This record gives sequence, C-alpha cells and structure tokens, in this order.
Amino acid sequence: MPEISAGDTAWVLASSALVLLMTPGLAFFYGGMVRSKNVLNMLMMSFICLAIVPVLWVLYGYSISFDTDAASGLFGGLGEVGLRGIGLDSVSGTIPEYAFVAFQLMFAIVTVALISGAIADRAKFGAWALFVVLWVSIVYFPVAHWVFAFDGGDGGWIGDRLGALDFAGGTAVHINAGAAALALALVVGKRTGWRREQMRPHNLPFVVLGAGLLWFGWFGFNSGSAVAANGLAAGAFINTAVATAAAILGWLAVEVVRDKHATTLGGASGAVTGLVAITPACAAVSPLGAILVGLLAGLACSLAIGLKYRFGYDDSLDVVGVHLVGGIVGTLLIGFLATADFTGGPEGLFFGGGGEQLGKQAVAAGAVMVYSFVVTYILGTIVHRLVGFRVTTDDEATGLDQVEHAETAYEFGTATGTPAGRLRTPQADPDRVATASAEEGVKA
Amino acid sequence: MKLVTAVIKPFKLDEVRSALETFGVQGMTVSEASGYGRQKGHTEVYRGAEYTVDLVPKLRLEVLVDDPDADDVVDVIAKSAQTGKIGDGKVWVTPVEAVIRVRTGETGAEAL
Repeated sequence: MPEISAGDTAWVLASSALVLLMTPGLAFFYGGMVRSKNVLNMLMMSFICLAIVPVLWVLYGYSISFDTDAASGLFGGLGEVGLRGIGLDSVSGTIPEYAFVAFQLMFAIVTVALISGAIADRAKFGAWALFVVLWVSIVYFPVAHWVFAFDGGDGGWIGDRLGALDFAGGTAVHINAGAAALALALVVGKRTGWRREQMRPHNLPFVVLGAGLLWFGWFGFNSGSAVAANGLAAGAFINTAVATAAAILGWLAVEVVRDKHATTLGGASGAVTGLVAITPACAAVSPLGAILVGLLAGLACSLAIGLKYRFGYDDSLDVVGVHLVGGIVGTLLIGFLATADFTGGPEGLFFGGGGEQLGKQAVAAGAVMVYSFVVTYILGTIVHRLVGFRVTTDDEATGLDQVEHAETAYEFGTATGTPAGRLRTPQADPDRVATASAEEGVKA
Repeated sequence: MKLVTAVIKPFKLDEVRSALETFGVQGMTVSEASGYGRQKGHTEVYRGAEYTVDLVPKLRLEVLVDDPDADDVVDVIAKSAQTGKIGDGKVWVTPVEAVIRVRTGETGAEAL
C-alpha cells in the first residue's frame, strides 16, 4: 500500500483552498469591469459556480473525470459515482484521494466561471445556472479526463496517451473556457448599445483586487499541480511569479506605445494573461523560459483583445483575448521552450527536441478548442431555445442587479438612504411602532 | 430675495466658502454636479478602447440672499472661484418669490 506523505497532503489541501479563492477573486476581477447596475449579477455568475459545481462533482463529475478510463481516453467510468469506494484510507499517489478530489474540484469551478465574462450584462441568471450544469457535465468533466487523468498510458488521451504537456490546465481550463466564451458570446449576442454607448468599468480598484486574489490563488493552481511538496512544485511556483511579472510589462509596453498611457486595467489584465500562459508551461520551462512565455503572452493578448472589434463579437470582458489566446500561447510555447530539467524527458524545439513535442501541443490545443467551441455552441443554443438566454432590452437598460436579483449594489447620493424606501415584508407591527415612537417622544 | 447659483471647480469650494463667510453669508447648499461648457471632456482608454468623457465633475453652490447683496455675493464667488483656466464655471442670479425657515416659520428676509 502506498505511503501517504504528510508534506504532500498539507500542500495539496492548502493549494485546494488557494484555488477556491480564485473564483471569488475572478468575481471581483469581472465585477469591477462591468457597469455599476450589473456588478452583483457579475459576482453571482461566479458565485453560483461555487454552489453548483461541487455538488455535481461529488455526484458524478469526479467519476467522469478520474475513474478508470471507459472509452479510449475520452472519459472515465461511473464506478466512483457519489464518490463510491473512496474513503479516508483511499490513496492517490502520496496523498489521500479526498485531497485529490478536493483539489481537482476547484479547477472545475473556476473554469466554468471564467466563461461568464463573455456574456456580462445581458444573460438571465437562471439560464446561466442551467448552462453551468450542462457545460461542466458535458464539456469540462470529459476534457479534464483527457488532460489530467493519468493511468500508466491508459488514462486520458491528451495527457497520458498522446503525451502533450499541460501541467495545470492551459488546454483543459483556459483554451476550454476561452473557446466556450467565444461560442457563448455568439449565441447570446451583443449587449444592447455595444460600441455606441459608454460601457466603462465602474470600479477599477475591484479589478486590481481581483487580479491580486487570482495571482495569490494561482500559486495553488500551478504549484499545487505537482500534487507534492517537492522541487517541481517550487519550480512551478517561481515560474508562476516571474511569468506574471513579465506579462504585466509586456501588456503595459503595448499600451504605452499604442495609447500613450500605462493603465490600471492593463496592469491587471497583463497579470492574468501571464498566469494563463504559464499555467500549462510552469513545469516544462526554466524561469528564463517563463519570462519569455509571460512577455510574449502579454504582448499577444494586449493586441488580441482588439479582435472582437474587428470581427464584431461582444466578448464583453475579453475572455477570448486573455484565456483562449493566452492558453494557446502557453501551450504552444512548451513545444519550443520545454527543457528536460523540468519535464524529465520531452524537450522543445529550441532545446534540441525537434518538432515532435510542438506537434503534440498543437493537437492538444486544437482538439480542446474545437470540441469546446462546437459543444458549447450547441449547449448554449439549447438553453437559448429552452428558456431564453437574454433578458429583455428594457431589463438590460434597467440593469441585471435589480431585474435578476432584486438588489442594488451601492447607495448613490443621500436621498436613497432615507425613508424614501420602506420595509414591506416582514411587516412591522403597527401598534408596537406607535408605542415606541411615543416613548421616544416622552424621553425627548 | 435672490438665489445665487454657482457651478465651480470642486477643489475651489474651500476658498469660495471662506470668502462668502467673510462677506457674511450664513449658509449655503452644495451639491455634486457634472456637466460641460467650453472645457468639454477628456479621453479615457480601457483595454485599447477610447472613450470621450463629456461630463466633468463640478460642484453646484446655491445661496439665498437679500436683493441688495446679490451683486456683491456674485462678485465674491466669481473672484474666489477663479483660476483663469478654462472650466472655471458660471454664476447666475434668479429672483425668488418666497422663503420660509422650517424650524421657526419666519418668512422673507428674516428667514435668510
């Protein structure tokens, strides 16, 4: 029976909590970018993923992703439905299997939450919740199996059989979410008034706060993917730090040349871009390679966000430009920059490995992109036909916070804090209120 | 009675207020406003998308004065709010029919 390592277990459990924090972080990153009338809806689109996905994961998600392969590397079996057969004594590698279940769960949550940025400000909350259920079940759970399920060559077809390198989810998480975002933006359609009306971010401090939380949590995402507290975890950690830094510099360089100003939104976006790109590559490249990965991702993505204007799709918060493009950059650069020091074998084109690894990386990126785009387009269309994905134009003008959640994020001005609004339910007892004010009068 | 209304640059409020106090004005109402005149707006860039922001933040200052004081109060505001640069704002005077102090019920000049 394999030994459980206390150090490995501690690191994976801590990493799981770090990755969980990425989803609220993402909520603030996105929430700050929308108009103030939609900020609560934007937060809730991420937050509801924290509610739906864990339940599905325990019910059948983990089994589809990580049970013994059932179909030539396409998905796992149903032997672990309801986490059947897994107990406190179950071991996965050097950690308890429950720790692995928890760690991988957090990836599923944040991946689907990433998509929400593409359809900000216009989606019905119920339709989004239904989409989340369908998408994680039919897209994420199988793709996670492709990339993350290892079983001595009998696991997922991309990671275990093909041998493409994706340490923490450049394909399964970012290309997957990015391609889905593009498909869903096309299904749901543009925001009313897009490119005509002001749609400035309402709270850039939130965006920077969110980017900071994402960066913090991402150390669990990347370094925790070593599923051990060892040298590789530390290597992934330093790569995550330095690639992110380089990507901020790359993004801001483009802005200074193009727009004359280094913006706050650009800094925050650059950071997320670097994190995305180093995700697949953090255990394949050296720290110097990581700088190059980050820099190129920052440059590429800061230009890629302009594509939506050229092609006319309203990917509102640039999920495509950041996650799809950043994911592709990171996944393909492994084919050039992979070094045997980190990978323990495969090498990239620049390190004498020839084009073989690059080919594998391209197949992995292409397969996930096509599968995610096509299936998301179909799922999105089904939801749209079934319940309607969009709110009405009037409701869009009013704002989703009020229409979908019956709440307001902020009290603007002085008048709204006064008795202009009255409590309707639960009803105050009129007699007691009268007595209370009478007593107050006596005291006064 | 007259109502003197001024739209000024927000950072000028302290100077205008102390100048009015020195003149003898007892109270005023200040509200946040936004607008533009010849100053127009400015440009902001978000992820490469340029926005022109037409409405500039200003403060609106309202002072009720007795008829003979109106011209002087306008003068005090205009002098203390001035920077000489574009966007300094405007001051105007409108006639007021009636004023009542809520606490005491005093009316007219008594209520100022």
